Amino acid sequence: MAIKKFAVACYDDEAVLFPAVAKVRHSGYKLHDIYTPFAVHGLDNAMGHKESDLHIAGFIFGLCGTSTAVGFISWILTGDWPINFGGKPHFALPAWIPITFELTVLFAAVGMTMTFCYLNQIMPGVKKHVFHPRQSDDYFVMAVELNEHVNENDVVNFLKETGAKETSVQIAEDSWWYGRFDKTEPYQLLGQ
Amino acid sequence: MHLKYESFVREPLVDGDKSYRQISEDIISPIEKKPGRMWYVGFFFSLALLAFGVFSVTWEVYWGIGVWGINRTVGWGWDITNFVWWIGIGHAGTLISAILLLFRQSWRTGVNRAAEAMTIFAVMCAGQFPIFHMGRVWDGFFVLPYPNSRGPLWPNFNSALLWDVFAISTYFTVSLLFWYSGLIPDFALVRDRAKTKLRKLLYGIGSFGWTGTAKNWQRHEMLALVLAGLSTPLVLSVHTIVSFDFATSVIPGWHTTIFPPYFVAGAVFSGFAMVQTLLVITRKILHLEDYITIGHLEAMNKVIVLTGSIVGTAYLTELFMSWYSANQYEAGAFKWRIMGPYWWSYWAMMTCNVVSPQLFWFKKLRRNVVFTFIMSIVVNIGMWFERFVIIVTSLYRDYIPGSWSYYSPTWPEVGFYLGTFGLFFTCYFLFAKYFPVIAVAEIKFILKTSGENYKRKMDVIEEKPVEEFVLEQAEHH
Repeated sequence: MAIKKFAVACYDDEAVLFPAVAKVRHSGYKLHDIYTPFAVHGLDNAMGHKESDLHIAGFIFGLCGTSTAVGFISWILTGDWPINFGGKPHFALPAWIPITFELTVLFAAVGMTMTFCYLNQIMPGVKKHVFHPRQSDDYFVMAVELNEHVNENDVVNFLKETGAKETSVQIAEDSWWYGRFDKTEPYQLLGQ
Repeated sequence: MHLKYESFVREPLVDGDKSYRQISEDIISPIEKKPGRMWYVGFFFSLALLAFGVFSVTWEVYWGIGVWGINRTVGWGWDITNFVWWIGIGHAGTLISAILLLFRQSWRTGVNRAAEAMTIFAVMCAGQFPIFHMGRVWDGFFVLPYPNSRGPLWPNFNSALLWDVFAISTYFTVSLLFWYSGLIPDFALVRDRAKTKLRKLLYGIGSFGWTGTAKNWQRHEMLALVLAGLSTPLVLSVHTIVSFDFATSVIPGWHTTIFPPYFVAGAVFSGFAMVQTLLVITRKILHLEDYITIGHLEAMNKVIVLTGSIVGTAYLTELFMSWYSANQYEAGAFKWRIMGPYWWSYWAMMTCNVVSPQLFWFKKLRRNVVFTFIMSIVVNIGMWFERFVIIVTSLYRDYIPGSWSYYSPTWPEVGFYLGTFGLFFTCYFLFAKYFPVIAVAEIKFILKTSGENYKRKMDVIEEKPVEEFVLEQAEHH
């Protein structure tokens, strides 16, 4: 959570974006992030992100669902209140498969979606800085962090050379906060 | 050239000269405009139907289940018929989004959003019927396993009816999560395009503050994939469990092991028909013919002819088994289905579900929009009759001729059914106005491989010698 200065470059073609990412990483400038309107395959690799481990969360939540269902039903039907259904066994595992399966899926799906929201820091009421309004439309927007070690103009010129359609320098909050998208934040008026 | 490649032999999934920006414009602009007159007419008509449904249900709750036409012999009538019908319709959305995602069928991108929305609304409608069928609906929460002062007396976990409670509530929740997680990036697009403050605020909240970083998208894809993997067995399990409501009983005509696959095929059959009904109209009114192409309709018609044939095979298998089992009660049940006082419902089912979908073997008819629309309604009528046949005509002539009975619905039952149409279409009209009807981000993802204008550029590549092509591709990977 900090207000920083960024050089922002907008690309309109994946074929230009990928070499640009490689150049920026090679140059040693601090690549903050890239905002895209849809999932660009291979971009995570190009940026050096490792594979997501989200599915592990799904698996663990699923196991919780399975054990909740089996534990709860077997406790009820064999311990807390056993009922005789036509002389059938109290521990009727095959008859519990449907509910066990449903709870496994339910826990895995809900738990994984909540983990997804937590990791991505998204929630109703959360606000993040939008570098360019077209980043959800047709622009691939790259933000490079500016600090005391780099020259602002050098970075902007460098980004222009990589094929950026539009460049700008922005002061922005680099993380999330509680806010409304119809309000202008105080920091947004700083650099203007 | 682009990083991805698909042969031009495959039909384009996005017609016309499209760019990413044009896609956003085509799909989002209806949200930003005032709705047309037809929208208001449709919306208020649906609201009126819903109001009539609420009145009919209130009448039933006030006077009791006795106002319905069901009786001691026929204990399940229109209520459970409509429940199974709606829940079956609710199967197409998740099938399209989950199973077709796993099978990498990229044509799903044009129709998945609307189909998933339809699923959610259909499940909402379906849920009303078993709840109000309980009679003393204020005690409806007794189905939930919670510690209570009645013992504690728990629900019967070995009962197919309780499995249904869990299956349907899980299905609703997971479908909702799947649908909404796909909507988040599209809401962010509406938010970033918004010119009015209110729209920026509301879609800002709806988009959860999504900005679409590389890592966000990576996790988004992972979530979609795992949810698809979870939903695929889920969607099959839900209608399997619905069929257990019948198959685990000992009523002739219900007690058959063929029910689960037969019900699942029927559900997909009716679900796709309802998707066709809605999309044929939606694409016309919102001018989305470039995204929901004739190719999309044809693909769904192929699913309809396949599942229709599976259903037809199941009907014939049932008939064969009633003879081959040499069980006189089983034979009796089917005799009264075909030739009893309800013969018309059996033959309506046979005509609509088995005979008429076979016309879809003709490519000309599969690609005909008007025929597709008529057919989609015929199929849904047929599938309603299927449930009616299974439920009512298995019950009305039971073991003792003295208790044989006939059943016809009363106005509160019909009103209840019409009311769920009101609920369904009210929700759908609101969805069509305020939500991106097509998954914008997913269409953009396939544009450069399956868009018509990009496909034209593929001719050059197709003529290249294989070695040259492979070498060029190798550089990209």
